[in-house]
Amino acid sequence: MRGRACKDMVRALGSHTLAIVHGLGDFTLFTLRSFQSALGSRRLFRRVLRAGFEQGVRCLPVILIVGIFTGLVLGLQGYYVLNRFGSESLLGALVSLSLVRELGPVLAALMLVGQAGSALSAELGIQRNTEQVAALETMGVSSLGYLVTPRLLAALVVFPMQTALFVTIGLLGGSLSGSLLLGLESGVYWSSVERAVQMQDVTECFLKALTFGLLTISLCAYHGFNAHRCRNATGARAVSASTTRAVVQSSIVVLAADYVITSFLV
Amino acid sequence: MVLSSPDLLLQVKGVHKRFGANVVLAGADLDVPRGSVVTVMGRSGTGKSVFLKCLAQVILADEGQIFFDGRALADNDAKSRLEFRRRCSFLFQSNALFDSLTALENVALPLEQTTDLRDAEIRERSLEAMRQLELESHQDRYPSQLSGGMQKRLALARAIVTRPELVLFDEPTAGLDPLRRNAVFTMIAKYQRQFGFTAVIVTHDVQEALAASDRVALLDKGRMNFQGSPTEFRASEDLVVTSFRDNITALNASLAAIRQGEIIPSEDS
Amino acid sequence: MKQTQLEFLVGAFVLLGLAAITYLTVKLGGGSLLGNDTYALEARFTSASGLNTGSNVVVAGVPVGRVEAIRMEPSEYTAIVTFRVMSGLKLPTDSMASIKTTGLIGDKFVALSPGADETHLEPGARITMTESSVDLESLIGKMAFGSVTEETEKAPPP
Repeated sequence: MRGRACKDMVRALGSHTLAIVHGLGDFTLFTLRSFQSALGSRRLFRRVLRAGFEQGVRCLPVILIVGIFTGLVLGLQGYYVLNRFGSESLLGALVSLSLVRELGPVLAALMLVGQAGSALSAELGIQRNTEQVAALETMGVSSLGYLVTPRLLAALVVFPMQTALFVTIGLLGGSLSGSLLLGLESGVYWSSVERAVQMQDVTECFLKALTFGLLTISLCAYHGFNAHRCRNATGARAVSASTTRAVVQSSIVVLAADYVITSFLV
Repeated sequence: MVLSSPDLLLQVKGVHKRFGANVVLAGADLDVPRGSVVTVMGRSGTGKSVFLKCLAQVILADEGQIFFDGRALADNDAKSRLEFRRRCSFLFQSNALFDSLTALENVALPLEQTTDLRDAEIRERSLEAMRQLELESHQDRYPSQLSGGMQKRLALARAIVTRPELVLFDEPTAGLDPLRRNAVFTMIAKYQRQFGFTAVIVTHDVQEALAASDRVALLDKGRMNFQGSPTEFRASEDLVVTSFRDNITALNASLAAIRQGEIIPSEDS
Repeated sequence: MKQTQLEFLVGAFVLLGLAAITYLTVKLGGGSLLGNDTYALEARFTSASGLNTGSNVVVAGVPVGRVEAIRMEPSEYTAIVTFRVMSGLKLPTDSMASIKTTGLIGDKFVALSPGADETHLEPGARITMTESSVDLESLIGKMAFGSVTEETEKAPPP
């Protein structure tokens, strides 16, 4: 009896591992095919523009709001900590390095997942459900090329931009709370910012933004696009399940990828 | 590769399809002569839609061969499949309209994505298709703002705008009242003559199908039990065909009874 | 939404995004401005503790370059710091390099004090006159364990 239970456990472990490996491979192929589909796609620029609108213009308010509050609170917290050591002049360095290296790319990506990624996943799920994806295929239109490729291409441009905007507005927020509320000289703040941030940090920031953009948008598209393959639900439930999965996995992937990139670069 | 007869636009040989343990198609054949209207009938749940989707390559068949215009469509031959899809249109039972695009954008989409026509030409051709289906005044509406019949016409407009040689109709009359059903078949027949495409229709509306088709086929238990002209179908002595016809007659009789106000005994009394 | 309006909004977003990216790379990153017009110098320190690659190099308090590499010289157990300064800057051969700290616990940087020689340091030359960073911890240690006061006591009375 005992031996059997053990065997079952090992088998369950094996089947889970296989499922994960299979899923990873499937996802990678999905992403590669999406880029490949760019070659045969007609009037791609228009679709990219549309996707750029969804990920860029639509998400700009939330990026700016979250960005400025992040900067404000960093300025506030940082000021009180540095005040104890009498090094308020380093506030700019603290705010800018936190924003450029970590918070900017990560928070911007999380916000974009929440707004654009979830919308993308749900939209594709519904299009799959109502046979719109199949309809594209019967027309001889690549459904990946029409639905996914433009989103991925837009993400590669939009994510770095949103991250840059997030960091910029965050720096502004830091200076607001530092100089307006707490009376730090704003020149001290900005010169500290400029002295602290180096090209390497900025490169790291954009590298992260690009990676997060590619991974999250592709992951959200993957889950929406495969809503019909959802194992334990169909119809509207499948759309909601795949959207949830898309958002949760994207968020985890952002943080995990952040750790990996940071550990490789530092 | 076996070349099929030249007057057949589409020839299906021994298509098998199973979902898990559930065998849906067990060697279904179909011959579709060029320029004809062929209707596949059968009880609901006999895999008519699956059969049609196998033809359109929406679902890939497990076994069997499909010849289009004398050439076999192979699973691994993406190029020939793409060519087939560009020359063939599929009308989904659910219409499968793009619900975030306007009616005109829906019709224009296949042209925009599969041809290199200029924008103005695309617009003109799309409007022309909509005009022929009497939809020109609804071009800026979204599919959800159109009635069921209009949606069906819009889906047809989108299907014919690429001037396909073959149009596959999946249950075009599902969920419509008898009057509309007739109208849909009339519409298909009318446009089939007007545009000269070949049509394959899957339906369970026997009377309408017999009236509108050049050839009919009966799908039962995963195989084609009958293929021939409507006249032959009416005269056939095949057991499956007669039982199917009898069922229809019985159904019609009970429908007539309901219309006359007779009380139908409910199951629990 | 009309196509033109969409194009305008996306265009505006792209301009905004490009502005932010330019700000980050050019103004903050700063690397590209120093870019090619630099030359390398070396300096030998007994200790480079606290100094990092990328630390500032200043003359009279003005940043003129960055530290490129820090390595250990195995033969004499000293730190060799390689740094790049702007090519417009001519430094006399007897210039001194010292490692200093901004504030009490701030970043370490290399301060160059130009000498008075007629000849200038060639690219790749080594500055020999150096002053290592003040080791704050050992200074505090000395104070805590009284070695500083002992030394003053040992000093001859005035």
